[in-house]
Amino acid sequence: MSFTPNIQIFCCHYTSQQAIAEGASGLESDGFPGNATINRLPCSGKLQVSILLKAFEDGADGVCVIGCPENQCHNLMGSQRAAHRVLAVKKALAELGVEDNRIEMFHLERGFHPEFVQVAQQMDTRLRGMGPSPFHGENEK
Amino acid sequence: MIIAERKPVNEIVAMVRDAKRVLVLGCRGCVSVCSAGGEREVEILASLLRLGAQKEGRTLETIEATLVRQCDREYIEEIDKWDGSYDAIVSIACGVGVNFIANLRPMDKVYPGVNTSCFGGSTEQGVWTEQCAGCGNCILHLTSGLCPVARCAKSLMNGPCGGSVNGRCEIHKDVPCIWQSIHDRLNRIGSPGDFNRIAPIRDWSTAGHGGPRRISRDDLTI
Repeated sequence: MSFTPNIQIFCCHYTSQQAIAEGASGLESDGFPGNATINRLPCSGKLQVSILLKAFEDGADGVCVIGCPENQCHNLMGSQRAAHRVLAVKKALAELGVEDNRIEMFHLERGFHPEFVQVAQQMDTRLRGMGPSPFHGENEK
Repeated sequence: MIIAERKPVNEIVAMVRDAKRVLVLGCRGCVSVCSAGGEREVEILASLLRLGAQKEGRTLETIEATLVRQCDREYIEEIDKWDGSYDAIVSIACGVGVNFIANLRPMDKVYPGVNTSCFGGSTEQGVWTEQCAGCGNCILHLTSGLCPVARCAKSLMNGPCGGSVNGRCEIHKDVPCIWQSIHDRLNRIGSPGDFNRIAPIRDWSTAGHGGPRRISRDDLTI
């Protein structure tokens, strides 16, 4: 049975700038997965663990966080803070017996478009291989 | 402050597996400062408990609340307002909070969401270390303010064991030998003589070896 994962992408203003400028149709023609939703933030450091967990509660099969390169964040340490929060979610997922690679942090150059599309494709491929999130419930599988 | 850390989520999910409605209760005291049991952690744990239930095909309702403190009767009474709307409480205060709820709410099921670790402080961002053992008989005036009961792996009272190397403890290489630190500090503050004082055999009855401790002050009791 074919499976289309629900992918939630949380990215900062700076890493998504070019992707947003492209618009939905432009992104689609570049190969950006249509099943990935972009949630844009002023800075990835604004992300809280609870926001990432809420994405899973709301039906995400996978979550992708994109922030500036580790040592070149526009807001100094925002993307490092985001990476730590992603690690906290990975740990919690593992404790719940769920694959911790359903969430991933990516550090990308600001405004550089092809890699933004590539990480979304990478998550899409990964999640299609993994199948639906176990949080959809054993009864729903 | 009292340092605590969250229990593995799967353990907490198992504790409340039979409950349909859970009150996740934080504390604005010590556990809030050490980011184990404050408002933000309540939100995270409630979400994790719901996810744990979702994974098992169940639905779990959560109430999220954080009391001023869980170690005082008057704040525990606030729980009354949720009477009848939860089947179990998960407290992420220290063990004192869990005990207070158990003491004061005889019909409630209460479970601990954190492991209470020690009395300590934050020595760097995200790192907490034990500084005090709460032994009830403080000798910090003899040891330049550094506690060998809590900070020596062997709780030695009369100088180092002889196993430390380059000022590091032989049991935990990443921990300074506190007796080396006491020696250095006594010299630095001009009290080297204190190092030669012999501590008598210690009476540990104040440290809980005589059962639960109780402090009563006549000037405060009514």
